[in-house]
Amino acid sequence: MISFSLIIISSLFFSGIIIRTKCIFSGRKGPGIFQPIKDIRKLLRKGSVYSDTSSFIFKIAPTLYFSTLLTATLFIPFGDEPGLISFKGDFVFFAYLLALGKFFMIISSLDTGSSFEGMGASREALYSMLVEPAFFILMGSFALLTGHLSFYEIFSHLHFGSYISYAVGALAAFVFVIIAMIENSRMPIDDPKTHLELTMIHEVMILDNSGFDLGLILYGSSLKFAMYGAIISNFFLTRGKEWFFSVLIFAGIQLLLAVIIGAIESFMARFRMNHNPQFIFSLTSISLLIFLGVLLILGKIV
Amino acid sequence: MTLPILSLTLLSIVLVSLVKEVWKGYITLFAVLGNTVLSSYIAVIALKGHNYEEIFYGGPVFGEIPVRVDALGAWFILLMNFTTLTGILYGRKYLSHYKNHPPNITIHYSSYIAIHLTMLGIYAVQNSLVFLCVWELMAICSFFLIVFEHEKVKTIKAGINFLVQAHIGIVFLMLGFIYVHAHTGSFDFAAINLYSVTAGNAVNFILFLCFFIGFATKAGFVPFHTWLPYAHPAAPAHVSGMMSGVIIKLGIFGILKMLLLIKGNYLLLGYIILILSVISGLYGVMLAIVQHNVKKLLAYHSIENIGIIGIGIGLGCIGLGLNNSGLAFAGFAGALLHTLNHSLFKSLLFYVSGTVYQATHTMNIEKLGGLIKKMPQSATLFLVASMAICGLPPFNGFISEFLIFSGLFHGINSSYMSSSLLMIFSIVGLVTIGGLAILCFTKAFGIIFLGTQRSVYPHPVQEVEFSSLFPKYMVVILIVLIGVVPQFFLGIISTPVSLFTGEIAINTQGMEFISILQSVSVAVWGFILLTLILFGIRKWISSKIIATSPTWGCGYVAPNPKLQYTANSFVRSYRKLAKPLLMINKKETEIKSVFPEPVHVHTNPYDKIEAIFIDLPIKNLKRFMQRFRFLQNGNPQFYILYGVIFILLAIGIPLLADAVNYITGLLKQM
Repeated sequence: MISFSLIIISSLFFSGIIIRTKCIFSGRKGPGIFQPIKDIRKLLRKGSVYSDTSSFIFKIAPTLYFSTLLTATLFIPFGDEPGLISFKGDFVFFAYLLALGKFFMIISSLDTGSSFEGMGASREALYSMLVEPAFFILMGSFALLTGHLSFYEIFSHLHFGSYISYAVGALAAFVFVIIAMIENSRMPIDDPKTHLELTMIHEVMILDNSGFDLGLILYGSSLKFAMYGAIISNFFLTRGKEWFFSVLIFAGIQLLLAVIIGAIESFMARFRMNHNPQFIFSLTSISLLIFLGVLLILGKIV
Repeated sequence: MTLPILSLTLLSIVLVSLVKEVWKGYITLFAVLGNTVLSSYIAVIALKGHNYEEIFYGGPVFGEIPVRVDALGAWFILLMNFTTLTGILYGRKYLSHYKNHPPNITIHYSSYIAIHLTMLGIYAVQNSLVFLCVWELMAICSFFLIVFEHEKVKTIKAGINFLVQAHIGIVFLMLGFIYVHAHTGSFDFAAINLYSVTAGNAVNFILFLCFFIGFATKAGFVPFHTWLPYAHPAAPAHVSGMMSGVIIKLGIFGILKMLLLIKGNYLLLGYIILILSVISGLYGVMLAIVQHNVKKLLAYHSIENIGIIGIGIGLGCIGLGLNNSGLAFAGFAGALLHTLNHSLFKSLLFYVSGTVYQATHTMNIEKLGGLIKKMPQSATLFLVASMAICGLPPFNGFISEFLIFSGLFHGINSSYMSSSLLMIFSIVGLVTIGGLAILCFTKAFGIIFLGTQRSVYPHPVQEVEFSSLFPKYMVVILIVLIGVVPQFFLGIISTPVSLFTGEIAINTQGMEFISILQSVSVAVWGFILLTLILFGIRKWISSKIIATSPTWGCGYVAPNPKLQYTANSFVRSYRKLAKPLLMINKKETEIKSVFPEPVHVHTNPYDKIEAIFIDLPIKNLKRFMQRFRFLQNGNPQFYILYGVIFILLAIGIPLLADAVNYITGLLKQM
């Protein structure tokens, strides 16, 4: 429960901090950190416009998408506390739940019969397919390292001992940051601020959404960031600390993640669309390195 | 119980050919229903652990024919009965569109009844000679079922392709059975088991490989899959559903049965099956994505799912080899459950695609679109089945993939580096299969049912009547049930799994997995509840001001259906990535003159493995055979001459051999 509420709280700040960071780096005054949440609140109460081409799929998809995200956050542990739902292999459920949400967003964008939205849908489907192996290899490596098979058990048994294990931990945190960026369609892959539909991924998929649905999708993006932030902070929450230490570490890492994302978005340009698959797939090879590193730690390489 | 089933089948086949056309469907339904009830009764008892056994005497040729249903056979009988039943319920409606072909329909219905019997026979008969006969009969019946529309050249070609490849499989089975018979003198399956205990490892390996190739040809493992993408689209929809759902599962049953009978080196077999299965799964789905014929797309997905089942079997074998009971349980349970799951969602997908075909008279995805508004129920059914086949919760496909994933993650912790590495690569394979399946089915569902209509159909499209939807709802209920209360179904399959892993593994690992699946079920219910609450909130909060307007065209105000994203462009970036592995023939006309003329781009995906393993050898064989064409000159005198030469040789060669023997004998005496 504590992890769920912490994730919800940090999701309220997350987009605001990213925007604030970008403003500071570009020397603008910029809005307050609560502006994104205020926008979302306004959207949730607005009326909607639906395309006459779309069917019921288009209406149910955003809510289902948000529901998968909310359920997925229930799986995330917090240091000594397991998530609300925890069982062996829960990360498989977690990944497939997120895939379910994506499935609905993809078909809902095809539902509009638009000449642009299918483009985003096609890219989203391909990129999320490419990013998935990295997540599974990472979890596989940690399952091998700790001998356990659930988020909670893996994170509570994770100990960093040797130099290699620090390297492995750092690499894993890096891979998770990149996964979070890709899953949220952020900078090196997709530019949320672009104005050309041809170069969009996520934004072009939701061109037709409005009102409550759009609000849910936008808030879902913040929630997803906070969720990945929580997973990354779990690497650093070790057993036996006082709870307020853990909360501080958690908040610090969420803040750091948001600032890093803001910095990346300020200083990097988006990749060319045809370079994206290579970049995403390189994550898989980095995770394979992590796996080999774990084999090395356990002395299994002969 | 065997005699009532046999007599019911024969009687109804005779009746089908005698009665009027309206009654044929009812008689078939009645026969299938009767056989289903009788055989399910046996199967349910066998699944509880009490094997059913009956022994017939088949004369001096066949010897004793034991008919034995164990838990494994029982599980397969139950899942086969269900799909055969929904198949005929839907098929009756499907065939009512072909009223002017009475002989076709008679043959079709009789084959349908007969194939049900032969499949029961395959699951129950324990005598290899009878088994081969039943297997052959099954192949012939499926041939008749496939070539229902035999006046189409494509259909008859696909049928003959199927028949030839089925017989190549049978040759391998025959080799295996004859080898055992030559060494033991018995046709009983128990003899295979006894023989394998005494035979060496190498002999067991070769023997298993022989059976494996035979059964894998039926199941459609790569590279023995090439008949499948032709046969499935050619057959009527309910037959494609049944073929993909249960007939190819006969191959899976055969492989599992042989694993039980032949006590080989499980670790090695497991490695081979696992690697082959990952390749099958990936290759199947990779080709499925670029298909634009709905049924061909689904056919390639059968190969993918056979791959997933194979991964389960391979894992189970590795678990047995490493003495890791958790791995063995998860592998075999996942494989058996996925066999059921695939038979459910795949038959449903084929039934709905049949409905779409009869409504629009096309299977080309690019010509469909917007059907969800005209046939909302069919569209929803297709959506559920698509999500299930992608392995998404809360449907059945997720449960079996979850079991297999659990097995793979269990296996990572093995003490050998080689198996750890193999496991991680299999995980990557399985995840990629899942991701590609999502790409494929968002394309299929999105383009067929969503958006607006892309072409003009011969008659107005509307939702089909309830009697045609009813069997599909039967399937959907099971799909959802397995998804939301998986622990119950895992309990059922623990008896067949115990045949492989032993009772002890069931009591420890089985219980553990049942409790894990209980948590999965809780998570699934939690998700469903949360979703319902969110929909409630949406209804409550969101404003009542709702307007409709055309889709936002980014400034363009005269959109037409042709501007929609197409299936081909949806998979374009994937196609470019996968280009080196695929074989896509592209025909393009270039723009030459200043003034634009109509130009065409035509892409046609082809199977690279088929080109290498089937087409190339056939081409070489043909070239070789060309040299002997002068023999077939159409002149009867020559043919008589060949006969005479043959007789002379038949008499002369033994005489010659005797003479040589005599002379060598003389030489030795000297």
